[in-house]
Amino acid sequence: MAIWLAGRRGASYCVKALISTTFRSSRSYTTAFASNGNSDSLFFCGNSSSAAVFGSQRFESTKARQQLDLLSSDDDEEQNQGVDFPGGRVAFTSEMSFLPESSEKRVQCYRVLDDNGYPLSSTQFKHMYRGMVTLQTMDTTLYEAQRQGRLSFYVTSYGEEAINLASAAALGFDDLILPQYREAGVLLWRGFTLQEFVNQCLGNKNDYGKGRQMPIHYGSNKHNYFTVSSPIATQLPQAVGVAYSLKMDKKDACVVTYFGDGTVMEVPVVFICRNNGWAISTPITEQFRSDGIVVKGQAYGIRSIRVDGNDALAIYNAVGVAREMAIKEQRPILIEALTYRVGHHSTSDDSTKYRPVDEIEHWKTARNPVSIFRKWVQRKGWWSDEEESEFRANVRKQVMDAIQVGEKIEKPPLADMFSDVYEEVPSNLMEQERLVRDTVKRHPQDYPTNIPL
Amino acid sequence: MATNLRRFKGFGSIFINHTNHLRGLSSSSAVLGSVDAQLQAPGSGTGKSINLYTAINQALQIALDSDPRSYIFGEDVGFGGVFRCTTGLAEQFGKHRVFNTPLCEQGIVGFGIGLAAMVSSYKFCTTVSCNQIPWSILSYTCCCCLSYFCNRGIELLLKFNLQITFFLLLIRHIVNEAAKFRYRSGNEFNCGGLTIRAPYGAVGHGGHYHSQSPEAFFCHVPGIKVVIPRSPKQAKGLLLSSIREPNPVVFFEPKVITFLCSKEVPEGDYTLPLSEAEVIREGSDITLVGWGAQLSIMEQACDGISCELIDLKTLIPWDKETVEASVRKTGRLLISHEAPVTGGFGAEISASIVERCFLRLEAPVARVCGLDTPFPLVFEPFYMPTKNKVRILLPFWCIIILDAIKDTVNY
Repeated sequence: MAIWLAGRRGASYCVKALISTTFRSSRSYTTAFASNGNSDSLFFCGNSSSAAVFGSQRFESTKARQQLDLLSSDDDEEQNQGVDFPGGRVAFTSEMSFLPESSEKRVQCYRVLDDNGYPLSSTQFKHMYRGMVTLQTMDTTLYEAQRQGRLSFYVTSYGEEAINLASAAALGFDDLILPQYREAGVLLWRGFTLQEFVNQCLGNKNDYGKGRQMPIHYGSNKHNYFTVSSPIATQLPQAVGVAYSLKMDKKDACVVTYFGDGTVMEVPVVFICRNNGWAISTPITEQFRSDGIVVKGQAYGIRSIRVDGNDALAIYNAVGVAREMAIKEQRPILIEALTYRVGHHSTSDDSTKYRPVDEIEHWKTARNPVSIFRKWVQRKGWWSDEEESEFRANVRKQVMDAIQVGEKIEKPPLADMFSDVYEEVPSNLMEQERLVRDTVKRHPQDYPTNIPL
Repeated sequence: MATNLRRFKGFGSIFINHTNHLRGLSSSSAVLGSVDAQLQAPGSGTGKSINLYTAINQALQIALDSDPRSYIFGEDVGFGGVFRCTTGLAEQFGKHRVFNTPLCEQGIVGFGIGLAAMVSSYKFCTTVSCNQIPWSILSYTCCCCLSYFCNRGIELLLKFNLQITFFLLLIRHIVNEAAKFRYRSGNEFNCGGLTIRAPYGAVGHGGHYHSQSPEAFFCHVPGIKVVIPRSPKQAKGLLLSSIREPNPVVFFEPKVITFLCSKEVPEGDYTLPLSEAEVIREGSDITLVGWGAQLSIMEQACDGISCELIDLKTLIPWDKETVEASVRKTGRLLISHEAPVTGGFGAEISASIVERCFLRLEAPVARVCGLDTPFPLVFEPFYMPTKNKVRILLPFWCIIILDAIKDTVNY
């Protein structure tokens, strides 16, 4: 996102140009991953973690490069003195040099779309594309429904459809998802029906959450998708705990957790940061000084990659490989997907109050992940304009129907208010339930009639 | 890591001294992992005289032994913890089940919730992936005991000024996540196997942070249970119940009785029920309600008056019926806790009993509690009565309680 902001402040900025430039200088990555025997250039570009690359690229303005050279020379015993410290020997130096706050060169962004030659089936890509369109359509329809007062709240995933669907497609069904809240597409990919989404948003009795949470707080045990919780990033350490359980059970699965731009343990967990540039109204330039999120992975000793979040193929590839590494090597992986929150933060927000409309427009059109992917699928001959319009109309109708059906389903019974606080209802809650029922009986006019007693 | 090293390097000698000191105190407790202990009938046997942390150690050992899917983790627990409560467990059960975590309280509890969610709702894995997990796993007790705070104990005692903002660091994960995990998912998921242990309360020199009694904060959070034992025997039985409880439990261990109180504890596996108060001493003039270390102070204050002393044990959900029955008998109620009086759990008990027994009460409900100040180091004797309580029969606080009892009885 900072890419965009930089561009916005400069005059004529072009994402494509920047990405292709950085893409070309990808020779450093081989060094970084060769040692892991995983140096397929298709999957990795520009993630440099080797000391040599690190030193030569980032410390030219300081004395660090010299320092490294000196350290590698056996002649100078003085310089070779050091201290054995947990984690490895640390060399001494008499030269005082501070590590720079960040490197001059930003970490590159992995992108593949527009390139050719992906040996994957057309069916899968079509399915992925359909998912993206479905998510987009569901968002539009439910957003409108919220505006009409039929839902109390909604959050769209506009602009992040690729991250949603492509990452889901790259995962196995057994992989456990600990979502934040802008990942409905993952659940969609796993077969959560439009009716199920709508039931949750309407909080009717078929909502798995029993109408207790705000709309978009989906969760489904059978889909291996933990229930959304409003506080952000609480799911990150939980994901590590879940992954530890998988590790102990020697399961062929990993945990995937999503979070926004806002523990080190050797367990199979993939952290996917949807860096969409905005934490409600706080742009990432005000959020952190470092080069985004990807650099933080290295500080924690986590293998990390930056990916173009609007490139469905890049996401698909990166998540697929991350999953494989996570499970095979039982290690955490961090993926930073650069994208943009095209929609408002939620239905309670008007983002034009704090960001320029042309910025939103740029990401909505030129960088629209659904359009970008559609072009590619159509170029491949797997999708046509006719299919497009028919599918969109069809999905729209399905969502409308689901809303109508969902609205007719009654609300959860009053007893559901008191269950699940604990495994069994304790005496204080029984007492309170009696009291509430008594009051409702005496003053029925004070209570909504659509809650079955 | 650097923090860790600095800590250990700088304070190494003191640390060793106190470790020895602790060992001396718990020298009679070399019963860890005893097979014989398992053979005894639950709760039976005379048992040895041990202190609270040895009792905790026994409970943890039993929990790990009886449930292969139980884990203990926290800061420094791997080597036994500075309170020695996890001594020998890593050796016996392996470092994959008893392990250290980084010094990151949020991370520890979050990790615990995630792990407990998997251990608790095992159907989760079996039904979906249709694979290798035997169904018998469902019969295992779900247990994930998070032993977070105990390591800091030695620092507490040595007055090392570490940041023990226990509630502020953990409260987000306990309040927003652990407590609501089941409710918010409509029982699709739960983390009921989670038990969070934490020493609490005044210890004579803890100052603002290390002497606090935060139980009321957690009692205001539906979805978790709060349990506080008064003795080693209670600690062992209640901890095992908490671990096997299908709801997340915050288990507070009174620091002050850690070393001063060595009592007989049955060997082997036994549990004490949660949400059941216990009448420790019967009487007819006044009902005294308390929990944790405060009970021994209250007991000393009972001299000369026929007091009915009740240990609440589980603060939420609490046993109103036992307290109500007692107050109906005595007509008077006094509640005492170390935590500040305003908004303390005593207020909740008082309100509930007034609601239930208003016409039977012969005097206003009295509360003898901590003051509404941060825990004041040099004024601790004024704030509450821990100093020299073993040597002095009726310390300062007892006199206050005694006065309050007399006032209430003579009202």
